[in-house]
Amino acid sequence: MSEKTVIAFHETAEQAAALQKVIENHKGQDGALIPVLHEAQEIYGYLPIEVQQKISEGLGVTMAEIYGVVTFYTQFSTQPKGEFKIGVCLGTACYVKGSGDILEKIKEKLGIDVNECTPDGKFSIDATRCIGACGLAPVMTINDDVYGRLVPEDIEGILAKYM
Amino acid sequence: MKSLAELGTIRESMKDCVNLRIDEHAVAPKKGARAHVLVCGGTGCTSSSSQKIIDEFEKQLATNGLAEEVQVIKTGCFGLCALGPVVVVYPEGAFYSMVQVEDVAEIVSEHLAKGNVVSRLLYEETVTDDGIKSLYEVDFYKKQRRVALRNCGVIDPENIEEYIAVDGYQALGKVLTEMTPEEVIEVIKDSGLRGRGGAGFSTGMKWMFTARADGSNGKYVACNADEGDPGAFMDRSILEGDPHAIIEAMAIAAYAVGADTGYVYIRAEYPIAVKRLQIAIDQAKEMGLLGDHIFGTDFSFNLELRLGAGAFVCGEETALMTSIEGHRGEPRPRPPFPANKGLWQKPTLLNNVETYANITQIINNGAEWFKTIGTEKSKGTKVFALGGKIKNTGLVEIPMGTTLREIVEEIGGGIPNGKQFKAAQTGGPSGGCIPASLIDIEIDYDSLIEIGSMMGSGGLIVMDEDTCMVDIAKFFLEFTVDESCGKCTPCRVGTKRMLEILDRITKGNGCLEDLDRLEELADSIKSTALCGLGQTAPNPVLSTLRYFRDEYIAHVVDKKCPAGVCKDLVSYSIVADKCKGCGICAKNCPVGAISGQIKSPFTIDPAVCVKCGVCMGKCPFKAIVNK
Amino acid sequence: MEMVNIKINGEAISVPSNYTILQAARQAGIDIPTLCYLKGINEIGACRMCLVEVKGAKGLVTACVYPVNEGMEVLTNTERVRSARKTVLELTLSNHEKKCLTCPRNQNCELQRLSDELGVTDIPFEGETIQREIDASSPSIVRDNNKCILCRRCVSVCKKVQTVGVIDAKERGFITQIGCTFDKPLNDTDCVMCGQCIIACPVGALYEKDSTKDVWAALADESKHVVVQTAPAVRVALGEEFGMPIGSRVTGKMVTALRKLGFDKVFDTNFAADLTIMEEGTELLGRIKDGGKFPMITSCSPGWVKFCEHNFPDLLENLSTAKSPHEMYGAIIKSYYAEKAGIDPKDIYVVSVMPCTAKKFESEREELAGTGYPDVDAVLTTRELAKMIKEARIDFTKLADTGFDHPFGEEASGAGVIFGATGGVMEAALRTVSEVLTGKSFDEIEYNAVRGTEGIKEATVTIGDLDVKVAVASGLGNARALLEKVQKGEADYHFIEIMACPGGCVTGGGQPIQPAKVRAEIDLKAERAKAIYDEDRSLKVRKSHENPYIKQLYAEYLGEPCGHKSHKLLHTHYTARPRLK
Repeated sequence: MSEKTVIAFHETAEQAAALQKVIENHKGQDGALIPVLHEAQEIYGYLPIEVQQKISEGLGVTMAEIYGVVTFYTQFSTQPKGEFKIGVCLGTACYVKGSGDILEKIKEKLGIDVNECTPDGKFSIDATRCIGACGLAPVMTINDDVYGRLVPEDIEGILAKYM
Repeated sequence: MKSLAELGTIRESMKDCVNLRIDEHAVAPKKGARAHVLVCGGTGCTSSSSQKIIDEFEKQLATNGLAEEVQVIKTGCFGLCALGPVVVVYPEGAFYSMVQVEDVAEIVSEHLAKGNVVSRLLYEETVTDDGIKSLYEVDFYKKQRRVALRNCGVIDPENIEEYIAVDGYQALGKVLTEMTPEEVIEVIKDSGLRGRGGAGFSTGMKWMFTARADGSNGKYVACNADEGDPGAFMDRSILEGDPHAIIEAMAIAAYAVGADTGYVYIRAEYPIAVKRLQIAIDQAKEMGLLGDHIFGTDFSFNLELRLGAGAFVCGEETALMTSIEGHRGEPRPRPPFPANKGLWQKPTLLNNVETYANITQIINNGAEWFKTIGTEKSKGTKVFALGGKIKNTGLVEIPMGTTLREIVEEIGGGIPNGKQFKAAQTGGPSGGCIPASLIDIEIDYDSLIEIGSMMGSGGLIVMDEDTCMVDIAKFFLEFTVDESCGKCTPCRVGTKRMLEILDRITKGNGCLEDLDRLEELADSIKSTALCGLGQTAPNPVLSTLRYFRDEYIAHVVDKKCPAGVCKDLVSYSIVADKCKGCGICAKNCPVGAISGQIKSPFTIDPAVCVKCGVCMGKCPFKAIVNK
Repeated sequence: MEMVNIKINGEAISVPSNYTILQAARQAGIDIPTLCYLKGINEIGACRMCLVEVKGAKGLVTACVYPVNEGMEVLTNTERVRSARKTVLELTLSNHEKKCLTCPRNQNCELQRLSDELGVTDIPFEGETIQREIDASSPSIVRDNNKCILCRRCVSVCKKVQTVGVIDAKERGFITQIGCTFDKPLNDTDCVMCGQCIIACPVGALYEKDSTKDVWAALADESKHVVVQTAPAVRVALGEEFGMPIGSRVTGKMVTALRKLGFDKVFDTNFAADLTIMEEGTELLGRIKDGGKFPMITSCSPGWVKFCEHNFPDLLENLSTAKSPHEMYGAIIKSYYAEKAGIDPKDIYVVSVMPCTAKKFESEREELAGTGYPDVDAVLTTRELAKMIKEARIDFTKLADTGFDHPFGEEASGAGVIFGATGGVMEAALRTVSEVLTGKSFDEIEYNAVRGTEGIKEATVTIGDLDVKVAVASGLGNARALLEKVQKGEADYHFIEIMACPGGCVTGGGQPIQPAKVRAEIDLKAERAKAIYDEDRSLKVRKSHENPYIKQLYAEYLGEPCGHKSHKLLHTHYTARPRLK
């Protein structure tokens, strides 16, 4: 849909120190890679090559293997996410109640596809697996806010709150 | 924790307090609060702002000077998610549903201060002529039997003492001080408990195999909390509502099989469950219920959390272990089975959350008690996540052998909007459909397999006449294609090819041979894929082909979607007889495909129409059809 | 080993209890098709080709990883099994670029062979295929994911055997593919170009960067004096490309074929191996006398050298500064030989036929240009040479034997030829160093302690009153393990030989590709090494320093080993390299 915006990697000294600490805490521990990736993503918001390189050197796992792990799991992202992360639940309960239409509406409104970020860095869309709020189906989340029992007409108003 | 006596002291000191919520004849204890306000803190209710309700209660109670007399407790899930946010006030047991923050002041000032139940906020089913009836007598609850969910919605999951008050850690104490590992395994075997996460293998046998394996280099127990079936959330609810039950059960399992380390592999998408489980682990460590020399015995046990990262396949046991080891979650061939070579090639016992949730009850009440529940080959209860086109969406726990009709019509409250029940889907992407003709089936492991579905983790999605079964099959297959790990050919390529055929069919490009090809491919994938995910991936297709073949044929031969779902096969038209010519449809059409004169019937230009369906939703006279 | 009794297709057999069904079946002469299975390297049960029925088991099971047990009954040839295998193969083919006629692996492709053997006549499940960009960034290796069937053999050999791990599976499901981190081109990574991935690949998804076109062009260019040299390991494997048994020695036929291809001179890299021993041996003696850096480590294997530059920058000073033999030869050809033959070095085109893909990368190193011109202009693998011979319609098996060209002698020493097998460089060096150091001549020159196919070998050799501690590693995983011991100070060797490929050059990444089934039954490195040692025994001169043409070279041109000219022409330096460009 839209051109992917490339955002240059930038880290603060705090982030670098935090990652170093995470690596030291887990070094030598069995199966450390995935916990470290989780914590690194917590620190940086995503897992760019620069971060993966530090993890590779710190844990002694090859870059290719880390990349293989990162791209295997949907929770890990090599792309920065938007300031507002929109998640549309595509679990069964939500799907049968029309979450597919909700997703289409959001894509149309923002002009981006799933896993993309708007050029201004404001919104990104993820199609999530069941978040367990099936009683409220269909459901979407924007960061920590949950919106349930949605119809496509609700979307414009909800997005407007974050514009 | 040095001894059972020490545990008993805590239990006695807390018992009166928690009894207020359990025993309807209980009187308020001399010490502590006279009333309890239970607010559901499960994910569903949290999503509809239950935390704000808790805050408001605390504020209002303080304002009314009731903070000392009334205790607010954030509990796990009550099950009736459709009615969330849920608030229950004890000792009356008044069940308030869909509570808004604005309602809190009234509950506090009327009910809690003056003793007048606020009738207008009560769940209508609990309202009787002469007051209110217990929640457990309403249709939704009365056919349920809460074993795994026993403490959900009853205790504060972040308070270990409340868990101890309801006999928590009693079973672990008993096992460690009175039973040999062999005796523990014998009880579990004897109970007939089968794994609640998938194929229903005997839990006791699994424990026995792991116990017998050579553990000289270490042994592990693990808990599969990577609940990934779309539409299933019982494991999450148990972890959110009763995390200590899992910790206790894992410790018992570790003692039985001879392990000293455990892992809980839990979905990162479940932040509340992760948080409560971590709190529970920390509390258990603090009290010496995890760690070294538990209950003063030689038994030591440590437990760690490992977060999943968004891969459905990691619910498969070997993939889960590969993931804990830090790799791509790809399954490995069995044998060797985890009982012999699991985590880091060491013997590993893996059970899922709901299975563990039954363990302490079996130990405390005995195998004989457990065996009285359920059917001949499927003992105990099963939790289902009821969803889709059903009134009471939520979590239900029923004895094995309950019929689908009882679940849908009585517990579930039937189909909304006067629509017809078409089918229920169980087992998620691994399962299949139960058509309306089989609604009287008594649900257990074997009956479901027999009709081409499976228990799976317990998602139960209800479908009505507006659901297209080809589309549903496609939905599940899309899910599997997306979640296939890509290691073995049949799953990686085969499911993709099946999806392509289905896609053709839903677009009106299918032919009758496609149905044969689909079946052939499905059978082949079932017998050739590496892991359970691949082997069961064709089930939704096979089962819909089996029960709804006519719908497939309608798509293929007549190029029609009877349910009006498959966009390429529907066309929208206005029934002239019903149309009053109000023009609302034309106003709402995003592409200007509708035209007409006010007060005479409008028409849709099929060449312009993009089949978005907006007009149909907007028409006040139901004059627009999509057949 | 305890034995168990099983039945395969009704036939009772007794096999060791640690066998898989596949091993048991093969012992009984029953063939089971495989694709992802590569003995000892990749045993993951992913491709599902080896499915069999086991009585009592739920579904079909994969023979390659399923252990046998007492009383097991296996059926390998039922309708159910045949049809399941065929469907799986059809699915694999539905996602494979079927341009077989123009594929580098045409007629030597395991997938093609199975398609024939399993009777595939059409692909009923055609569907979407993802077009992948071909990665031709590396001077040595081309990766074409359009052909890849995701068997992971390359990943396993790169990660587990070589501990290089620059390629791995990424993404998942239908879009899974093998590649480098962040989709980087191979050349931007710490790939060492050893080519073990190529010889592990069952299909045409991995192959060497073609140099035959350049060589044909040079041969056609009348202004060029085109000289070819052949590495020791080529002569014991080239015959396989023409249907000859594994381990055939075809030195004479190879030389004849090269002449027929039109090369102006055909030289033997063994001569340069002798030269390497003179230089490297002298360097070692120098370090012993002057107390230089220990352990000294060989530098003939370009895959190993690049690995060292990426992974052990602190050990670069330990590497011998001697160039690898073919590079030395190139420098000598463009200096000494050029002068002697009266040819301007700019008109000389040196082609090296190597068992190695990393040599292609090595020949492009800018520092390897002792005369101001690149030491070597083109590197052909053994496979590429075979292709040229076929293209020229030369009937290889019927060729007569001829010898190499002068002025470097029709044959070199036996010490030179054993460079082709793991332990060979060490043995060749010991043959010379022991005599130079003691001034005596020894008859017992076969150092069995450093021979054999084990990954790591250690020995202490007493030379005069000196105990020389040596170690030999082949395969980079073994090299890593050995060097980590050195780094930690747990070992105090004087001299270490390292070859990047397991078994040494005989099983190099440029050698003829044998299918997994053959590799399961025949130990290629042992068979080809045997031929190498036979060749050694057949030669008149077996010590480098006794090669009369080497003596002549020093007398006429170089002066002394490690002298001024040597330093200019025959030695090099190394640079630490980052893991990612």
